[in-house]
Amino acid sequence: MHLDFLGSFVFVSDRTWIWLATYCFVLASAYSAYTLFAGKFMAPRLTFGLVAAGFVCQTIFLGIRGHEVGRCPITNFFELLTFLSWSMILIYFVIGSSYRLSLLGVFTTPFAALLSLWALIQPESSAAPVKHLVNPWLEAHTSFSIVACGAFALAGLAGLMYLIQERQLKTRRPSSVFFRLPPIRTLVVANSRLLWLGFGLFTVGLGTGFMIGEDVDWRKVAWSLVVWALYGGILLARVRRSMATKWVATLSIIVFGLLLSMFWGIRFISDVAPVR
Amino acid sequence: MNIACFGLSHQTASVDFRERFAIPDSALSEALTRLRTIEGVEEGLIVSTCNRTEFYVAGAAAQLPATRFFEEFYRGLRSGDEPHFFGLWADTCVQHLFRVVSGLESMVVGETEVFGQVKRAYEAAVLEKATGRRLNKLFQKSFHVGKQVRSSTAVGRGSISVGSIAVDLAEQIFGKLDGCKIMVLGAGDTSEKMARSFKARGAHHIFVSNRSFDRAQILAQETGGRAIRFEEWDREFADLDILVTSTSAPHAIVTAEKIAPVLKHRGDRPLFMIDVAVPRDIEPNVHRLDGVYVYDLDALQSMAERSMEARKQEAAGCDRLIAKHVIEFQNWIEKSVNPMTNPGACLASADATLWRDRCEVD
Repeated sequence: MHLDFLGSFVFVSDRTWIWLATYCFVLASAYSAYTLFAGKFMAPRLTFGLVAAGFVCQTIFLGIRGHEVGRCPITNFFELLTFLSWSMILIYFVIGSSYRLSLLGVFTTPFAALLSLWALIQPESSAAPVKHLVNPWLEAHTSFSIVACGAFALAGLAGLMYLIQERQLKTRRPSSVFFRLPPIRTLVVANSRLLWLGFGLFTVGLGTGFMIGEDVDWRKVAWSLVVWALYGGILLARVRRSMATKWVATLSIIVFGLLLSMFWGIRFISDVAPVR
Repeated sequence: MNIACFGLSHQTASVDFRERFAIPDSALSEALTRLRTIEGVEEGLIVSTCNRTEFYVAGAAAQLPATRFFEEFYRGLRSGDEPHFFGLWADTCVQHLFRVVSGLESMVVGETEVFGQVKRAYEAAVLEKATGRRLNKLFQKSFHVGKQVRSSTAVGRGSISVGSIAVDLAEQIFGKLDGCKIMVLGAGDTSEKMARSFKARGAHHIFVSNRSFDRAQILAQETGGRAIRFEEWDREFADLDILVTSTSAPHAIVTAEKIAPVLKHRGDRPLFMIDVAVPRDIEPNVHRLDGVYVYDLDALQSMAERSMEARKQEAAGCDRLIAKHVIEFQNWIEKSVNPMTNPGACLASADATLWRDRCEVD
């Protein structure tokens, strides 16, 4: 009741919260990009405040929507993308402050904004309340899997920043941007931690998926297992020190791209007649 | 405006010439007294550093030509001295001071030392009661301008010495240096400067290796590090984060072949190598190895030159900022000619009293 009231008090629909969150992320991105490329001092509190405000808006939306649908609000592609963007920001807040300033300001917020915009252009965004009993295993599976994707997204971004820094060092002509991004060692550590965190969460998500006990779409399972194996392979290579750091960073980006395409694929699979 | 600056600087005179006209701190008080004995000098201030000797005066003497002023102050100029002096009057004098305080007139554009030097010169003049309303306002305004230029432009950013660039790069690779293991190969002047730069930025684990073990021990002692015999330096290599080489070896002592096997055991830890030796101590193709970054003297000097160039380019933006403050000062001077139309004009002398009190307390 309280959440319904919050949703209808000022705004026409709960999508308005996502619009607000997107505005916050776009503003934070623009401000960070300006400070980075214009050589001005960063104002982390402003960037941090904008991202926190965006995160609060997303949380309110998910709260309202979850209340409406009566389960974890991942019932359509709009909600899925919103949940992914929210997870990414959540992981960012959780993972620590060592590389918060630049990673958040320059790379995370544009990506969060893009995900939110992608969500907003989806034709199906209205709440569809579930009529049957909610399966807790399904709830756990979807939420763990998407939060894991948030961690993988940040790992990819850390990898991208690493490659930018690495390239600048190798050319021996580092620009002023080089001195504003986090140290290369910090990025390696952040990338590694995020990969492990994402892999752990994804494994739990996959495990709980097998506990759902309903008919399983084996195409989704196969996609998920491929992604799990790829991330597992990256981490194994890292542990065995058999892969150069720049390749780990590159693969973090490529495999996350594959993961995003998997979202697209899942949506496609959901649109056509399911094969069980 | 009746304000002028007479002087000579590194832009107009060589060092042996500047030496003749420099005024040491010990003679400053007497020089200020002498300055005020010149007819028409109501207020005076002397800035004397290794790069410039400048006299700021307010009063009728501010109309004098530069050579005449120097003749009045120094007595007995030599023939050929004249071209080295400059005189700046009214708004050009104001603009010049603002540029000096902002580091734009310095040999190394954007350096900050001159700000403190001018501030000390002002404090000395205030203590001697040599300044008045106009110079108080002018110099206090210049400090405000200097701070603003530094905080709102990039004129002071980017290192311009090889040593500080190397340390900046190391920090951008490893973050804090306190956990980094650094080895210095060679114990000459360059090595010493590098080791000191790293120590100043928080590095604790410094190893020094040199063909002469005694010299290695001396440098290790000075930097709080540990000396290693030259034959044994490569044993420590696997654990290193930063290697500084400046030996006089005639050929490369660090080769790709030698370090490639070691890199496999390092995992994802980057290795930063600074080669300041000529001929180089590190083979050029080492830089191509994954996770290894080699910066030789050319690479570091090229970065220093680019920083310097960037600072000079930034100076145009600084001048626009300074121009606004020059106009503000002109307006203040014009209003202060008739205090009845601007009761706030006497605030500047009150500020100077506070400043003088503070200097005396200091």
